[in-house]
Amino acid sequence: MDTAASYNDKVVRQFSIMVVIWGIVGMLVGVLIAAQLIWPQLNFDLPFLTYSRLRPLHTNAVIFAFGGSALFATSYYVVQRTCHVRLAFDKLAAFTFWGWQVVILLAAITLPLGITQSKEYAELEWPIDLLIAVVWVAYAIVFFATIGKRRIKHIYVANWFYGAFIITVAVLHIFNNLAVPVTLTKSYQIYTGVVDGMMQWWYGHNAVGFFLTAGFLGMMYYFVPKQAGRPVYSYRLSVVHFWSLIAVYMWAGPHHLHYTSLPDWAQTLGMVFSVILLAPSWGGMINGIMTLSGAWHKLRSDPILKFMIVALSFYGMSTFEGPMMSIKTVNALSHYTNWTIGHVHSGALGWVAMMTIGSMYCLLPRLYNRDSMYSTKLIDVHFWTSTIGVVLYAVSMWIAGVTEGLMWRAVNADGTLQYSFVESLKAVEPYHYLRLLGGLVFFSGMLIMAYNVWKTVSDKKPVPVAVLEPA
Amino acid sequence: MDINDFRGLLTAVIFFAFIGIWIWAWSNKRKKDFEASAALPLEEDTDLTTNERENI
Repeated sequence: MDTAASYNDKVVRQFSIMVVIWGIVGMLVGVLIAAQLIWPQLNFDLPFLTYSRLRPLHTNAVIFAFGGSALFATSYYVVQRTCHVRLAFDKLAAFTFWGWQVVILLAAITLPLGITQSKEYAELEWPIDLLIAVVWVAYAIVFFATIGKRRIKHIYVANWFYGAFIITVAVLHIFNNLAVPVTLTKSYQIYTGVVDGMMQWWYGHNAVGFFLTAGFLGMMYYFVPKQAGRPVYSYRLSVVHFWSLIAVYMWAGPHHLHYTSLPDWAQTLGMVFSVILLAPSWGGMINGIMTLSGAWHKLRSDPILKFMIVALSFYGMSTFEGPMMSIKTVNALSHYTNWTIGHVHSGALGWVAMMTIGSMYCLLPRLYNRDSMYSTKLIDVHFWTSTIGVVLYAVSMWIAGVTEGLMWRAVNADGTLQYSFVESLKAVEPYHYLRLLGGLVFFSGMLIMAYNVWKTVSDKKPVPVAVLEPA
Repeated sequence: MDINDFRGLLTAVIFFAFIGIWIWAWSNKRKKDFEASAALPLEEDTDLTTNERENI
């Protein structure tokens, strides 16, 4: 078969398998550091096992290794299928795979060694940042060149979301990491003081908005209709959803800096835009969930759809919670407490991970010439471990967070603090156990997935898939 | 014209652009194209047997 007549699914398969592997690694580190918060001696007095070094390893692994591989895999798959054309530049696409894996390995080495820029979600030092920039530009070239040679007039909405994600992450990454290198492993960033804070959270919030939201909405707009066997509920709404989401997200960053030295007007601006974000977010959620209207019975028998619908429900919950937490008076209670951790995980586990897992179960059989995964029963077991795990996690952190917030702000009649910090720590200890349990349950589901994926792909030889005719 | 006039103008432009997107997306002329696009994810790969997939 002539290669132009078939899709480039090799790179999609490679990234898809790494999704499972990096998911297990990243979540295992998460479980370990959750345990360290209960039993600090679990760092064994070894510097590279301390919480401070493993926490960025956890966040980088789950966001960029697990989530990133899922976005590469699905975007490469979706852009080929919806453009009726083979992915552009085979070798460059292969480079994005190997380059991204090298980035992840370098992160896994440098972060435990304590080599860091100390910027949250942008810890990696300048040589790795340069490599990320090169890989990302290659990604953009492959993706947009494929769009450019499409044989379908209209660009399907999922590609708009993927495209916005790719462009924005390039801009965010490059500008937030501008630094003056001193040695190979040490640099000083060019921003100082409050400007640094604003840049960091412009980056940090849009990493959530474009990496963890727009990219995964692209996934949602392809794989939910695919799995439901029905077109998206309202294509018109998806167009408005796209433009309003990308226009508003960019301005919400300052809500990470309430009651800091950031000028008050900027804080308020961030708060207002965050509240407005509720509208496009819920527009997208409704569009995804309503895609099942008339096909709700499929939820009874299809655990993959259950993954997707619960993911959308968590998307709706966390995009309600987020705007609420960005309101200054709510933020005064929630900020710096475990509530934030609960919010992040209801988004990251509930939305990002469950949408990824659902999409992978939909995608993997297609990549390996099978009709379905090895075991649908095990997908159902995985669904319940994920759901129970994330609920345990989020609920325990909500309770812990509100408890902390209330205890930290309680004052005596003479104005002194009513509780010492360690008293609040003691009060939330039970919830640390509950969180660890939730994390363990969620993690156990990933092991089930690994087994199921192994049984699905190990004895199957992938065959080339023919590119569809122009339409 | 100082920078604040420009900012006000930009806000107005973006506001009308937003309304414009709604009108564009809801116009009847778009309907056929949108339906064709929305059907794209439902296409199955040609050399896969589809019998165990969704019965649409």
